[in-house]
Amino acid sequence: MERTVSFTLNGTETRMRIEDHWTLLHLLREELGLQGTKEGCGSGECGACTVLADGMAVNSCLYLAAEIDGKTILTIEGLALPDGFLHPLQKAFVERGGIQCGFCTPGMILSAKALLDENPAAEEEEIKNAIAGNICRCTGYVQIIDSIRSVSGKAEEKVKVVAWQAGEDQ
Amino acid sequence: MNRFHTVGKRVPKLDAMDKATGRSQYIQDVKVPGMLYGKILYSKYPHAKIVRIDTSRAKKLPGVRAVLTGYDIPEIKLGVYKDNRPLKAGKVRSYRDEVAAVAAIDRDIAEEALSLIEVTYEALPGVFDPLAAMREDAPLIHEEHKTNILKMPWKLHYGNVDEARKQSAHVIEDHFSTTWVTHCCMGTSGALAWFDFADNLTIYTNTQIPSLAQKDFIEALEAMGLKNRRVRVIKPVIGGGFGSKLDTYAYEYIAILLARQTRKPVKVVFDRHEEFIATSTRQPAIIHIAQGCDKEGRLLFRDISMILDNGAYTSWGATTPSVMMMPITTLYKVPNVRYEAKCVYTNNTYSQAMRGYGNPQATFAIESAMDMLAEAAGIDPVSFRKINANETGYVSPQNFKITSCGLKECIDAVAKDLDISRPKEKGEGVGIASLIHVGGGARVYKSDGCGTIIKVDDFGKVNVFTGASDMGQGSDTVIAQIVAEELGLPLEDIHVIHTDTDICPWDVGAHASRTTFVAGNSALGAAKKIKEQILETASKVLNVPAEKLILKDGNVYSAEDDSRKIEFGKLLRKAHFSANGRMLMAEYFYDPANENLGRDFRGNLSMTYTFGVHGVRVKVDEETGKVKILKYVAAHDVGKAINPMLLEGQVYGGVMMGIGYALTEQIVLEKGQCMNPNFRDYKILTAKDVVPMKAPVLESHDPDGPFGAKGIGEPGCVPTAPAIANAIYDAVGVRIKDLPMTPERILAAIREKQGVDLCGRQVGKDPGEVCVIEQ
Repeated sequence: MERTVSFTLNGTETRMRIEDHWTLLHLLREELGLQGTKEGCGSGECGACTVLADGMAVNSCLYLAAEIDGKTILTIEGLALPDGFLHPLQKAFVERGGIQCGFCTPGMILSAKALLDENPAAEEEEIKNAIAGNICRCTGYVQIIDSIRSVSGKAEEKVKVVAWQAGEDQ
Repeated sequence: MNRFHTVGKRVPKLDAMDKATGRSQYIQDVKVPGMLYGKILYSKYPHAKIVRIDTSRAKKLPGVRAVLTGYDIPEIKLGVYKDNRPLKAGKVRSYRDEVAAVAAIDRDIAEEALSLIEVTYEALPGVFDPLAAMREDAPLIHEEHKTNILKMPWKLHYGNVDEARKQSAHVIEDHFSTTWVTHCCMGTSGALAWFDFADNLTIYTNTQIPSLAQKDFIEALEAMGLKNRRVRVIKPVIGGGFGSKLDTYAYEYIAILLARQTRKPVKVVFDRHEEFIATSTRQPAIIHIAQGCDKEGRLLFRDISMILDNGAYTSWGATTPSVMMMPITTLYKVPNVRYEAKCVYTNNTYSQAMRGYGNPQATFAIESAMDMLAEAAGIDPVSFRKINANETGYVSPQNFKITSCGLKECIDAVAKDLDISRPKEKGEGVGIASLIHVGGGARVYKSDGCGTIIKVDDFGKVNVFTGASDMGQGSDTVIAQIVAEELGLPLEDIHVIHTDTDICPWDVGAHASRTTFVAGNSALGAAKKIKEQILETASKVLNVPAEKLILKDGNVYSAEDDSRKIEFGKLLRKAHFSANGRMLMAEYFYDPANENLGRDFRGNLSMTYTFGVHGVRVKVDEETGKVKILKYVAAHDVGKAINPMLLEGQVYGGVMMGIGYALTEQIVLEKGQCMNPNFRDYKILTAKDVVPMKAPVLESHDPDGPFGAKGIGEPGCVPTAPAIANAIYDAVGVRIKDLPMTPERILAAIREKQGVDLCGRQVGKDPGEVCVIEQ
């Protein structure tokens, strides 16, 4: 069965025909080519496919595409601003070692964003709870938690994307 | 004073920006026009004859382009022992055996086609315990081998262990065991293969060994009748390695065979279930250890024997004894050492390299036994280790030459950070364990080398083509830092290319924590050569002798008069926009002066060795057996931290993997079948399990390392399990000898010590009732 859904995708009004059985993950990756959303398990265990639906972090592998009608969807591709400003969470992950192989990164950053949007001054335990459904095998989570903490409690600041200047000591 | 401008800095990974914005392309994301999807049918039995395979219904399904079985393909042999084939014919030997494969226009059709393949099996008796598999009457896994014991004689004896045992004042002896765990790379395995019209192969594949994989695939093409063809291996961004990608696997050959059959690009990508059941595990081991010391606590001997469950086929897991030898002969100063390991075929899954390569298994036994021996000798664990610690200049019985060693400093750092002598509450305990690992390559093959090509463009930007394989650990960044340092250029002017065997020089692979040391030295050598060319060119332009020129901030300056300078890009343009112009390019191949192990397994395997000590404070709940880690300290002697942030990332990640290995993770095999092929039941750790962790870095400045650096990729997970085991013993007085140390095991040991059963009843009383614990 087919149906038409209307939704806002990364800030753009979108209207399209979808199949009833499609997951949101399938819609994003296979139909729309937004491959920044990753599939790590396909069963809602690892969080690599996390996107925001009306600001809530959801596993897009378990979320039916039909359910997005009227909703606002944010994927990793929509997080950095079009004029080249990284979201503070992206900047923090880059600068603080929150990324190794990077496969969990898009989902991890979006789970963190959902948390900080709701609770801008989240403490360590709240951060751990918020990303408990996002598995990372590389980092041991330490530098991920550190990245999120560095943003928590601070007003959003715009940060220009620049190549890293070697020699800037911390 | 910091004399480096880039080395030693916490610079972000070069690829982090792409990864943070979802731009990186993993194998899951790579698509080419006309691509087909391949899927694999696995065995339904752990050991059975294949009586008949009927693929006719699958072939008729619209959208299916090819169906292959083991009877349709040429004799391609794979694996370390060449005892495996891409698709099995005749019989299956484990549940992960590939029986048939399909290529179709989409994944759903490929899956449906698998369900239409009818295989008739005749079950054979299986053997799932290596001890049982060694018996004369055990079913044979590979009949042609005549026995289930592999003909790999892992056996060494240095000094005289029997004599040393007699002279020992204290001797301990015990058994330990470790089980299957798996890498859990977040990006699953996959390959995409296609042929051009001349039958040359291009394959995108997740690999840590592009150059060796290229050789394996060339051999496969030859077996397919395609002689003298080119193979190009391209690595997409890799979603985690940890050793899992050190071999070539059936699925890669299946992609190649399907591509050849269909004349189309074919991609095979694992789903998570396949990743659990059909990729290789860490090598499990049954370990017997005896160890003794004199009255003063000096180790006199170490005597270890092991039985390794090889599974049904042979990959690198079977060769992990070669690395286990390192801690066995060289962790602490032990004059007399004996070691023997037998690998035994069973109908279980087969093992592979995994971070530490046997070292975590061996170190679990050794470091548990160190605490047991310290207790027997009446010496505290810290002093006991310091009495026996290796030192710079030490040469071990296996001829390992220790050229830099911060082991004692690491012991002190951990004792201090852990506040080890602090009074403990009831149920609280502290434990430490040390590690040695190769830190300057490991000569497993004839070459342990890595090549680098550096090309400077007209605009002052530098392309570095390296053989090294980045899989997330950040080797591209470390290599860029080394080159930037040498050339006095900002890091953003260095571009590292490491993804394509058509472009990149040869390298033996990302294993043995060797990349920073070997690829780093290679990059440094190439940078020095290009620097010479730059200075020579600048000397003519500036009319200053080359030895009086310096490279700094993207300029070449006269050392004596810094107004005499030329901007880098301008200089490079001058180099070839002139009569008799030249390109600025350099290549360098670095092969460390380490040695292959000889017939007696002696030989200085690595140019240098990395040392470390882990310490942990735990609280054990005596009612439930649950372990809570209160504090974890992991100190490593890394030579020199080229990038402290990435280095800490390796340690933190390694430690968490090690804690999982110690406490929660296991692949549960029941008669060869994986019973928990998902993250939840496998019990991978999450952010909720993160422990308070500290990672002191000690720099011993290795004489041969690039800027003094040694390898650090693997050590983080090596001594974690014994440190925790020693802390549990300190806390509640029970010695857990089997991994993982689950609450069930710990509680059972506590109850046994208390003389009660798991239902809390005195052992020997209430004989009529049976204590049943639901797990």
